[in-house]
Amino acid sequence: MLKSQSLDVEQVRKDFPILKRKIHGKRLVYLDNAATTQKPRSVIRSMVDFYSKHNANPHRGVHQLSIESTEAFDAGRKKVVSFINASAFEEIVYTRGATESLNLVRYAWGSRHIKKGDLIVLTIMEHHSNIVPWQLLAREVGARIEYVGVTPDGSLRFEELEALMGQSPALVAFTQSSNVLGTINDAQKICSMGRRAGATTVVDAAQSVPHMQVDVQKIGCDFLAFSGHKMLGPTGIGVLYGRKEILAEMEPFLSGGDMIKEVHISGARWNDLPYKFEAGTQNVEGAVGLGAAIDYLNSLGMDKVRSHEEQLAAYALEQMGSVPGITVYGPKDVSLRGGVVSFNLGDIHPHDLASILDEEGVAIRSGMHCAQPLLESMGLSATSRASFYVYNSYDDVDALMGALSKARRIFCL
Amino acid sequence: MSSSDIYRELILDYYRNPRNFGKLDPHDIEARDSNPLCGDEIEIQVKVSADQKIEDIHFLGKGCAISQASASMLTELAKGKPLEWVKELSKGDILKMLGTSDLGPARIKCALLSMKVLKTGVYGYLGAALDEPADH
Repeated sequence: MLKSQSLDVEQVRKDFPILKRKIHGKRLVYLDNAATTQKPRSVIRSMVDFYSKHNANPHRGVHQLSIESTEAFDAGRKKVVSFINASAFEEIVYTRGATESLNLVRYAWGSRHIKKGDLIVLTIMEHHSNIVPWQLLAREVGARIEYVGVTPDGSLRFEELEALMGQSPALVAFTQSSNVLGTINDAQKICSMGRRAGATTVVDAAQSVPHMQVDVQKIGCDFLAFSGHKMLGPTGIGVLYGRKEILAEMEPFLSGGDMIKEVHISGARWNDLPYKFEAGTQNVEGAVGLGAAIDYLNSLGMDKVRSHEEQLAAYALEQMGSVPGITVYGPKDVSLRGGVVSFNLGDIHPHDLASILDEEGVAIRSGMHCAQPLLESMGLSATSRASFYVYNSYDDVDALMGALSKARRIFCL
Repeated sequence: MSSSDIYRELILDYYRNPRNFGKLDPHDIEARDSNPLCGDEIEIQVKVSADQKIEDIHFLGKGCAISQASASMLTELAKGKPLEWVKELSKGDILKMLGTSDLGPARIKCALLSMKVLKTGVYGYLGAALDEPADH
């Protein structure tokens, strides 16, 4: 039996209570990790522990519990700082998720800096959350948007990007890793091209931070967004990294309590970074849970997480290669892709396929994956998608292949 | 009954060889809708006879086997029926037509999309508002 060379998957699986569940009487084979990930016991316990022992409103009270809550909140932020190698505590803003992070940039930065006639450069492989905010902004101020296309093998067309850089874009926003194709884009190179062209750069890292080492200083981006729930953490907590200088000159996003220093009837002064962008009582248990998720990932080692997923992707691509009638999308070279494998099998619609796989306990995603412009550019209306994480094994890939065989039998392929 | 049991030969035949597929001209009723979760799309065109019956009915669409087979089977079932019959059409009728007792919450919308479209069209034609959500 094949085993991961990087992670002791059997040991890892013991940390995830949900993996003991049976689905329709079968072992759960969870392959929908690009949508959300399962939670290890340490993450669940950290939040139970917070509510059992330390809960109070942070930043407000002078009493003991409020101090502990504030400490827990800030300790979580410090873990994020080192996890993505930000240069300062002030650069990490908590949000509800990557979507809110990108919207924060659209409102608090975009509305003031993007002007009529400005060029916003996106890629066709963006998730809707990195398209729609910019479409709304462009409509509001009269800016225009250009999309960088992809090659048939799912790589960005750098010659198109290069050409657009010649038009002095004001903003370049792109995903570091595609949630459909699995493509890993060279964020450092794109940000460097953007910077040279005078553009502000935004990285959607929702599919990269959970799966590989991400270093914001090395990438050299202005903003970077990701979600906690896609990296073993809870839902409802996410992060916006922003370069300190750029965050400092921005106006607030949401306003209310906690984001102010003083409020008078004549006006208000904003709080220091990062609190200026965190209005209202914050999601402390989310920050605690995300901190525990980062601890868990660090204990595995992000280089090992990455190589484990490369091995699984390579095995899945190899196995799928021998299935008659299958079309697999995205780069074939696993060093250029994450553990996301999108495919179509004969004339079976992905929703029918996902239903049949569900009967076998295999959870995959089917549909447009919130990336309709990409699918339309590929002439597709849907794909099936299997996406891997730390607790997936070669057995899981085998279970997927077995379920695909069953689907082929049912559909007489 | 497991949900994959729906994929019997009959359903697959309607999916791959849809009856009454294509445009119908001229027509008196036209309605379309989509299912944002799946991306299923169904458009139905109906020619109404002088005595308020479905004289002919065609559909266009794309999507999963359940949504497309359901639409095709519904056109066959509806042909020749009075418009009033469409008002009475229920979720139970569609499940019976598909030969299943239940599809589960994730897929039932696929099965009922064509009924919703047909009802929308007929109610619009009759000048009456849809008096109840189609999928309940």
